[in-house]
Amino acid sequence: MGSFEYYKPESVAEAMALMEGSGGKGVYISGGTDVMVLIRQRKLSPGCLISLRNVRDLDYVDTSSGLAVGSAVTHNAIAKNDLIQKRYTALSDAASKVGSLQIRNVATMGGNICNAAPSADTACPLLVLDASVVIAGKSGERAVPIDEFFLGPNKVALGPGEIVKGFAMPAFSEKTGSAYIKHTRRQAMDLPMLGVAARVTIRIDGNEIGCRDALCTIDNISNVLKRFEDEKLVCEDARIALGVVAPRPMRAKKAETALKGKVISEGLFEEIGEIAASECQPRDSIRGEAWYRRDMVRVLTKRAILRAVDRVIRPDDTIWPERLW
Amino acid sequence: MKKEITFTLNNEKINIEADPKWTLLYVLREVLEMTGTKEGCGYGECGACTVIIDGQAVNSCLYPVMEAEGRSIVTIEGLMAKNGELDPIQKAFVDEGAVQCGFCIPGMIMSAKALLDRKPKPTDEEIKESIEGNLCRCTGYVKIIDAIKSVGGGR
Repeated sequence: MGSFEYYKPESVAEAMALMEGSGGKGVYISGGTDVMVLIRQRKLSPGCLISLRNVRDLDYVDTSSGLAVGSAVTHNAIAKNDLIQKRYTALSDAASKVGSLQIRNVATMGGNICNAAPSADTACPLLVLDASVVIAGKSGERAVPIDEFFLGPNKVALGPGEIVKGFAMPAFSEKTGSAYIKHTRRQAMDLPMLGVAARVTIRIDGNEIGCRDALCTIDNISNVLKRFEDEKLVCEDARIALGVVAPRPMRAKKAETALKGKVISEGLFEEIGEIAASECQPRDSIRGEAWYRRDMVRVLTKRAILRAVDRVIRPDDTIWPERLW
Repeated sequence: MKKEITFTLNNEKINIEADPKWTLLYVLREVLEMTGTKEGCGYGECGACTVIIDGQAVNSCLYPVMEAEGRSIVTIEGLMAKNGELDPIQKAFVDEGAVQCGFCIPGMIMSAKALLDRKPKPTDEEIKESIEGNLCRCTGYVKIIDAIKSVGGGR
């Protein structure tokens, strides 16, 4: 391993100037949980490391309109944020499942996204939460929708020397719920063999949800939904995103279209799961075979939508025990 | 190429000359010769190298030493009192028989300490979350979890 310099700039402009001065040999490092591993495996030999950990402009969580998260915010900070847990639940689901606590204390969302692994946990939630990526470059800032940001495995729409400043998401009402399900063999320290995120916005035709009492139950959401069959819970807007089953995190757009404007029922979600399964392109790998992944897309898409719906109609987490899933 | 850096280690100010490519773990074990912190995998998978940096459990094998500048670091050596008395967490691990080969234990104890400093009476779930990044290949975790629980007074 060759020797290298380690710079600790304090502003984005300073970091970009250092990168320009490195003659293309510099590498940005934030939490370092990927970069340090690559260096150790000798897959990366940087001329210098430019640390983004001390750049203040990258470490912010702004909830004044919608949600803006800096790229240097750690996964643990995202997972523990109250507003994100409440309104951007898919994101806190994902951030709380990355690696281990030691990893989450240093690893940042910017790093997770810019590595653009097909298995990046926070990618699917950003896709369903309509996030845009704020990028700082030499000619100023620009925003790119997250769906156009991923180009392929480990490839993103970043020019040389550019830095992801953060991620901006619109505000969602309390009629919107989201969820992310990470399918793994063990509960911690594992990459997902499949990741599914869903967001639904529900419109209630007619009265407000009638039987509030029926909601105060630890009953399975499938049974709760059956009590709503007469009432018209309509899915106004929907997003479904799948991780690992394509070269890049993808939106299941056909499934989304099929879900929009329909009256909610478990049978419908069953169909949506099948559509999503037909849309994805999984392949065999050490973590799981293609046929298995495709079948699990069907199952987990349904579960992710159910969970998102559940979070709208039974918002209190205390009556929503994890073990029922 | 070496640079001088200053940080707090177990409540003592430390001043060393470090190569920018070194990790914190390398400095602890090879430069300062504090070998209580172990190197297992070196990739952040096993947690044997866990130390506490500014109150948070971190894998020192992935931590560039240059980032330690100005921060406060606690290692397993910092737990024992000056008169040789063990920390309550260490004592609990001994009493509960949570230690077999012992290689993962410094990491386990640092993870547990980070949790207990923040939350003196953690639930089972919180204990499991706190040590989810620590691999033990001997005991199967049950006694380790019991030990951490007993520190908080719950059995």
